[in-house]
Amino acid sequence: MKTEIIEKDTLDFLYDRAKFIRLETVRLVDIAKSGHYTSVFSCAEVFSALYYRILNIDPNNPDWTDRDRFVLSKGHAAIGLYPVLAELGYFPKEWLDSYTRVGSPLGDHPDMRKVPGIDFSSGSLGHGLSVSVGMALGGRIDDRDFKVYCMLGDGELNEGQIWEAAMSAGNFKLSNLIAIVDRNQMSLDGFTEDIMPVNPIDEKFKAFGWNTYEVDGHDIKSLLETFQHVEEHKNEKPTVIIAHTLKGKGVKGMELNNDWHLGYLSEADRKRVEEEILHASNK
Amino acid sequence: MQVINKEAHEAFDNNLHPGSWNISINARLGEEAVSGEVLADIAQDRDDVIVLTADLMFSNRMSDFAKVHPNKFFNFGISEQNMVAAAAGLATTGKKPYVASFASFLALLCCEQIRTSVAYPKLPVRILAHHAGMTMGFYGTSHHALEDLSILRSMADMTIICPSDRTQIRAALESTVDYDGPIYFRLGRGREPLVYEDGIPEFKVGKAIKVREGNDMTIITNGLTLAASVDAADQLKEEGISVQVLDMHTIKPFDEDAVKQAVKETGRIMTVEEHSVIGGIGSCVAEILADNGLTCKFGRHGVYDEYALIGPPKDLYKHYQLDAKGVANKVKEFFK
Repeated sequence: MKTEIIEKDTLDFLYDRAKFIRLETVRLVDIAKSGHYTSVFSCAEVFSALYYRILNIDPNNPDWTDRDRFVLSKGHAAIGLYPVLAELGYFPKEWLDSYTRVGSPLGDHPDMRKVPGIDFSSGSLGHGLSVSVGMALGGRIDDRDFKVYCMLGDGELNEGQIWEAAMSAGNFKLSNLIAIVDRNQMSLDGFTEDIMPVNPIDEKFKAFGWNTYEVDGHDIKSLLETFQHVEEHKNEKPTVIIAHTLKGKGVKGMELNNDWHLGYLSEADRKRVEEEILHASNK
Repeated sequence: MQVINKEAHEAFDNNLHPGSWNISINARLGEEAVSGEVLADIAQDRDDVIVLTADLMFSNRMSDFAKVHPNKFFNFGISEQNMVAAAAGLATTGKKPYVASFASFLALLCCEQIRTSVAYPKLPVRILAHHAGMTMGFYGTSHHALEDLSILRSMADMTIICPSDRTQIRAALESTVDYDGPIYFRLGRGREPLVYEDGIPEFKVGKAIKVREGNDMTIITNGLTLAASVDAADQLKEEGISVQVLDMHTIKPFDEDAVKQAVKETGRIMTVEEHSVIGGIGSCVAEILADNGLTCKFGRHGVYDEYALIGPPKDLYKHYQLDAKGVANKVKEFFK
């Protein structure tokens, strides 16, 4: 990506796609009768920025060797990613209507064996960063200049394997690896800082030899500027972007409400939530 | 940044229409997930019972324990391997630690911790592996545990118990607090139909329970598939096929005598399990038959060396013929 002025039209478009991600999540949960609303709502802007602006990908050629990789280590947010992949043309939009129904390729957690555009299966937390280390190493061995983006949950940072991966990425100087922590403040049982604190996140990664950035994860302009900055200031280190977000962002009754880690909205409730998402102002 | 808008939460939740649910509403549906409650009762009389979980206290209802015994409860966050090894450490200090998480994460993610730090030192760690089999439905392969029995069974000194309903969970937990060595409890998702409505007079580790009498064949099953097998036997009875059902609630040590008896009584055995047919209850029975040179008509029913489809559990049971109708069909095929 080249340095460029970020146009208002671009931002409007990306915010609109974030809304689309939230609305589609609500729709797909309705099909499944169960789903992760709030874990997607926190990272909708990051999904939008990555898939509609940042990632160097070709939906017509999902296995393209030089594509950027995206590993959704917090696999339970897949429900927000499927509509994006369908819209970009990775698979027919009709697949979405089969979400979680028996035999569907689209389950609550993403499956690389079934879904074009999913670079790696996830669902068991803690694996994704190690997988991304491997992808980044592979790219470097073959002298390819693709980047590997890995989205981690903040609760996921409890997993020990994350820190093994962080140590190795620093050691191998994986400048082509960019981790994004969706710092939505909560895991299933409550606030991360109450259950098993993860702060300070930046200092931990720094200690393992990473570049660290902190950004408002709902501010698309800041997100794009951060990705640009990473590109322009490339050094010999892997990079982590800590995206400060709200679990459940966009629906007031769900924001920082861990009861809604999983849930289902019947028709009347769905309507009012859809209204709230539709009429939210950008940022 | 941690500003909770309680008013917005309350306004939202209080205005929910029928059909909508969230975690706190859903937790009330898992009324068969009684381990937390049972352990809370047990811990009233003793100080050594400790409960650990990994960011799933509402999914597994260990919150029921935490409420009563906050000082004997530790939430390890999302760090299962750390939790299991810490349980081993606790056990060396004389405690009886119960670790609870999804079966897939305990049996597979923590496999090595369980073998080397728990089973090899023969520590009394109790592993509550809930949401086993394909009860996680459309959450997919990462959350399914169709291999856990096969893995755990090959560990020396491991005891494996698969209770089927809330009555049996209580009986199994209450009778094993002081049992020697580690125990793996294979549990469902808390919505299991009640099989033992009238209680279990005598629950004994390693002793199968005959739940239905019959002459034509024996179904050997347990846990997640017991209710379906019992229903199938009842249906088949009306169609003139007399099926005996054995609840093999303990996978290890396995009740060899019950198998030998079943061969003698019915001459036909079919195993039914929500597990891969490789390494589970079917394999156990096959080994006993082979080891003892017993001949009888024998079949294994379960998941046939594949990763289960994505889908709601009810649909998956239908697809894999693990519901009552499916089991009955398999029995009829068996007789062809």
